Amino acid sequence: MISMNDTMPPPEGMTSKLEGDILEVSMGPQHPSTHGVFRMNVAVDGEIVVKLKPVFGYLHRNHEKIGENVTYLSSMPYTDRLDYFCSMTNNWAYALTVEKLAGLEVPERAEYLRVILAELTRLQNHASGVGFLISDMGAWGTPLMYAFREREKLLDLFEALAGSRMMCNFMRFGGLRCDAPPGWLDRVRKLVAEFPAFIDEFEALLAGNEILMARSYGIGVVSPELAVSAGISGPMLRASGVNYDIRKVDGYGLYPQLKFRVPLGDHGDCADRMMIRILEMRESIAILNQVLEDVPEGPILDPKSKPRNFKPPEGEAYGRIEAPKGELGFYLISDKKAEPYRYRVRPPSFINLTVLEDMCLGHTIADVMVILGSVDIVLGEVDR
Amino acid sequence: MAAESLEQIKERVEAAVPGASLTLVPNPGPAAQDSLVLDHAHAVEVATFLRDDPELRFDYCSNVTGVDWLDRVEKRKVRVMRVVEGEEREISEMQEERSAGYLEAVYHLYSMEKKHGPIVVRLRTEGRPGLPELPTLPSLTPVWRAAEFQEREIYDLFGINFDGHPDQRRILMWDEFEDHPMRKDYSPPDDYEYEPTPHDAVLERAKENLSRRPDKDGCESIV
Repeated sequence: MISMNDTMPPPEGMTSKLEGDILEVSMGPQHPSTHGVFRMNVAVDGEIVVKLKPVFGYLHRNHEKIGENVTYLSSMPYTDRLDYFCSMTNNWAYALTVEKLAGLEVPERAEYLRVILAELTRLQNHASGVGFLISDMGAWGTPLMYAFREREKLLDLFEALAGSRMMCNFMRFGGLRCDAPPGWLDRVRKLVAEFPAFIDEFEALLAGNEILMARSYGIGVVSPELAVSAGISGPMLRASGVNYDIRKVDGYGLYPQLKFRVPLGDHGDCADRMMIRILEMRESIAILNQVLEDVPEGPILDPKSKPRNFKPPEGEAYGRIEAPKGELGFYLISDKKAEPYRYRVRPPSFINLTVLEDMCLGHTIADVMVILGSVDIVLGEVDR
Repeated sequence: MAAESLEQIKERVEAAVPGASLTLVPNPGPAAQDSLVLDHAHAVEVATFLRDDPELRFDYCSNVTGVDWLDRVEKRKVRVMRVVEGEEREISEMQEERSAGYLEAVYHLYSMEKKHGPIVVRLRTEGRPGLPELPTLPSLTPVWRAAEFQEREIYDLFGINFDGHPDQRRILMWDEFEDHPMRKDYSPPDDYEYEPTPHDAVLERAKENLSRRPDKDGCESIV
């Protein structure tokens, strides 16, 4: 039996329903369903979870300290490694904050390409996120490969654009690193035309599946009040029925001009969190169709930006975007030097884990994996 | 931003919470996100007011983080009148302005109900005591659950105690770790793993560490 650490005594006054002791189990950090190196100290009564404490830090490399010791531009490739599924949105959040800090403008063509890249990122993140969730439920491999087949096509597009499949390092303060190669937008149009067929296929596989329903309906419910208080963001918040999408609220980039709906859940359980992602993929397709209609020609970088000799004026800025996992924010303080005085990342999947214990209490230990899968975490971002 | 300006919010808070004194800190940059510094004694009350007031409703505490401000010496040129060689003349002189360092916790608040924000709320410690003594701030976790992990992170990386936090432990570093790495004066412990014969910069750093904490390094035999 593995003991929890000293600061966390076993639950007192909890009487076992069965005859026997409350067992303390350490799940992870090497567990196929923890999405990386993540550990949970779980106290179980029979199979029922009575206490759960997440343990972080196995992938901690003090990203923020590194960010304070290098120039603003040097942090850009490092943001790729936060949520390594969504490097484009990480780039955008960081670039957006630095643009706020320094008061830079973004050319129109760059805004179009940014929206396209962010929505493509959302497609591949949600597809693989749902795939991993089904994988956690025990459908090992095959459904995930359906999602990964589509994700490969999206990553090919990123590779054609940025030279790297996952570590794109593509955005710059005041624009983008380079323009799209000839024919790239046509490839995107072709993919966007084909993608709904995959969503239909994927949804048909999932929606009526009896095992999946039994494993996810009513599991890990988060009430809207708790979700707001605990700072939950992204699809997980909207699954609880709170209408809050930063694309609508802040209206950054091109989003105020675009028509799209915000899917909301009714119950806030694992099934809702899964279906929200499917519906968001459909809305992303709608956004992409609008943006791809007419991408203007023009420059892709603000000529004032000077990324290689960049010293923003004194001040601070907090910028945030709706990343596929939730609100990704950056907080920067400048003291007129080439390095930020303070560089902070607000990681959505780390803060979404605040309610992990609340979701798991009273469920079986097998449900813990489903609940964790439905939060959609990436440890590169949780531990930083 | 909310319908009210930050000055109006400040006035209303001071009227609603007797005894509270807020300080407005302007942000000189283009982002123009000004902030309010709360006093420790009324911080939880003021935070509860910001959350529950029907006009403001800052129910969503998005980002909580720490900042370490070291002691600063600012040098400025000033013109002063001085008696030089028998006659009074105006000369320029360097003047030093010292400001004591402090640690602070910064909260970015939004409203999900009213869809406005952000306002920036700050809590500042009195001075910057040397380790292992930690400064204390009131915890706002009872008001916004979202601060739970983020205040733990500040405790871990910056070394600020949060009074009233339900479960204050290290979160990213391991429990046995003794320093607070996000502090500006943190120096990493020596690691000779890849340095069979330490020299130059590594040796300098080792000496500095040795003077800082002679019992911890285990590098006495090398230096």
